Amino acid sequence: MDFDLSPEYTALRKMIRSVCEEEIAPVAHKIDETGIVERDLLRKLGELGILGVPFPREYGGMGAGEIGYCIMMEEMNRASASVATIVGAHIGIGVMSMYLDGSKALKAKYMPDLCSGKKVCAFALTEPNAGSDAAGIQLRATLEGDSYMLDGQKMWITNGPIADVINVLAITDPALGARGGATVFAVESKWEGYSTGKPERKMGLHGSPTSLLNFDNVRVPKENVIGQIGLGFVTFMKTLDIGRVSLGAATLGGAQASLDASVRWARTRSQYGKQIAHNQTIQFMLADMATEIESLRALVYRTAWLVDSGKPFIKEAGMCKLLGSEIASRCVDRAVQIHGALGLSRDFPMERGFRDARISEIFEGTNEIQRIVIASELMQEVGVRLRP
Amino acid sequence: MDFTLTEEQTMFRDLFRDFAEKEIAKVAEHTDRSEEPPTELFKKAAAQGFFGAPIPENYGGVGIDWLPYTMLAEELGKHCLSTAITVAIHTSLSAMSILDVGTEEQKQKYLPPMASGEMIGAFALTEPDAGSDASSLFTIAEKVDGGYRLNGTKSWVSNGGIAGVFVVFAATDSSARNKGITAFIVDAGTDGVTVGYREKTMGLRGLDIRTVYFDECFVPESNRLSGENQGWEIITRASDRIRLTLAAISLGAAEASLALGVTFAAERKQFGTQIANKQAIQNYVAEVAVDVEALRGLIRNAAWLADTKQDYGRAASIAKFFGARVAQNAANKMLQVHGGYGFSDEYAISRYYRDVRALRILGGTDEMQRFIVARGNFEEKGIKIQP
Repeated sequence: MDFDLSPEYTALRKMIRSVCEEEIAPVAHKIDETGIVERDLLRKLGELGILGVPFPREYGGMGAGEIGYCIMMEEMNRASASVATIVGAHIGIGVMSMYLDGSKALKAKYMPDLCSGKKVCAFALTEPNAGSDAAGIQLRATLEGDSYMLDGQKMWITNGPIADVINVLAITDPALGARGGATVFAVESKWEGYSTGKPERKMGLHGSPTSLLNFDNVRVPKENVIGQIGLGFVTFMKTLDIGRVSLGAATLGGAQASLDASVRWARTRSQYGKQIAHNQTIQFMLADMATEIESLRALVYRTAWLVDSGKPFIKEAGMCKLLGSEIASRCVDRAVQIHGALGLSRDFPMERGFRDARISEIFEGTNEIQRIVIASELMQEVGVRLRP
Repeated sequence: MDFTLTEEQTMFRDLFRDFAEKEIAKVAEHTDRSEEPPTELFKKAAAQGFFGAPIPENYGGVGIDWLPYTMLAEELGKHCLSTAITVAIHTSLSAMSILDVGTEEQKQKYLPPMASGEMIGAFALTEPDAGSDASSLFTIAEKVDGGYRLNGTKSWVSNGGIAGVFVVFAATDSSARNKGITAFIVDAGTDGVTVGYREKTMGLRGLDIRTVYFDECFVPESNRLSGENQGWEIITRASDRIRLTLAAISLGAAEASLALGVTFAAERKQFGTQIANKQAIQNYVAEVAVDVEALRGLIRNAAWLADTKQDYGRAASIAKFFGARVAQNAANKMLQVHGGYGFSDEYAISRYYRDVRALRILGGTDEMQRFIVARGNFEEKGIKIQP
């Protein structure tokens, strides 16, 4: 057992924290108000290697693995949940789905531009009638000569309006359905027949654009198939499994930001002739936040270590996302309470944090799905197969 | 014990419900998006008597008891928290303080226009450094010839920008803290009153919350509300009233959230079945439904105490504290039932989620309610606890 981070990881955290503090935190409020993350910011992150943290250097990545990626997402989400969501969807599920099962040629073609921020990636799974029940997808891919024609819709796609490369799960064999009859395709946004809807109006994450994607007979060459024909559902589920670890890391950063702000405010604000920190109610809220955050930190980095060591991690990844999103919501809720009326004001960051945090209990598999994943893993160990 | 509503109470409830469903529901979303107080709606509501519901008829009100008044708050809260709280601040804090301790002349002058909704009331108590600790006021009322001169800044004044009249609290004897506070009735537009910054808030975006400045503002003695240094009593009684009213608004919000979740779960299909058939969803619904009924019980009890002229302050705090948490839990769980749709502005549940968060802070934070509740427990043992 050694809980020390290597000098490389420490240096990585230092570099990312300074970028977040200098480039992202100062514009986080503006991003929420305008709903816009400047493409220049993403390019800058790309130039620094931040958009390729977990991937090998041969594909333009930084080679810092899952632990490095978690460090990055934790720091990023401390500064701005909108930016972290764009980056997380880009790396953690977008590029990741290509990295896990894509051909060498496909990776060589797309990943350097994606890791350097020249291009933005999206992961397209959800459809109007396929949310938690992801196997209910209907978007169809039909073979025509050397190409597949994609026809259908995806919805709630993070980075949809800004993505240049979209990894899409489509049904290639309707008789088999999603499990055994679905395939992943890398689609370029400039191809004919592809279009996106208006960005959704959401409660939070205003700077992270989400939209409908329309595929109106988009011709996709066979070389752009990711993984094997018919096994796309497996690729996507594997991607989501691993994505939950870094999502847990992001929630860790959000929760930490809530605690940091609360500690500062408990020192600044006085009522009844003393700093509110001297009230037990406030002290206990701070203590509970810190305790939950440390337990989450231990879980997230241990799970990241499982991933990097090639050990099984599916159950623990579900726990990272489940526990992390609930802790982040609870922490920001307490932070709002500690700030009193100012916690409700859009002039203070807690208000934004409260709206931004809520989606983590829903996206990338609702917390109900996480519980099903965890319970399924538990029961599978004793030979019982669960169905949702 | 008899929980049956009288014919009259049922009639009032149906009237409130009918109006809220027909008139409020359709403007609630626009109010949230535009962040404008729905003044046209206020006129319609006022025409029904909803701005003077508990004000006696001889002062232009409807003269209803607490029980039906809580039902009004509940029905308004079901459809638009901004509207419900506008009415609550106006009625429970502002108008009823004047009714409670005002002189006959003050009541004659202010209550009829307030009851008719022509004059909206606000309650200027909170200051930048006096939130939960409401007795530490920096706003000073200095005695001058024929009246008082007010100087100071009030923050988070609900209805601030639309108010025709403010009930303002100021220190007349700063060293005496809560025994040195005096209340004044100040007309909007009086020299020296400036309505300032409009707060931008998470929810309740149709509620006009302002900073209000008093700069050498002269208030005639005839506009002092109750005696000099008697303000704390007014604050305490107004707090009891707003807490019970907010509890009823919480109930409405919780019921509305539950209805949205149940409707969604009955329609949304995943895994080949309506999600209503999933135990996880059923558990959320059951938990919220139990909370709602428990909250209704607390409100009915507190309203009965108030209507029978018994002390209902602690019961109001209990209902307010419980209600705010019930409303938040209801909106939170029902948002979860909606999945990704819950995060979208296209569905109403996210508006409730943002709106109800304020209920744990305004009208006295959770922490203050817990103090009040525990204070009652320890009083029985002869221990006087301090905040």
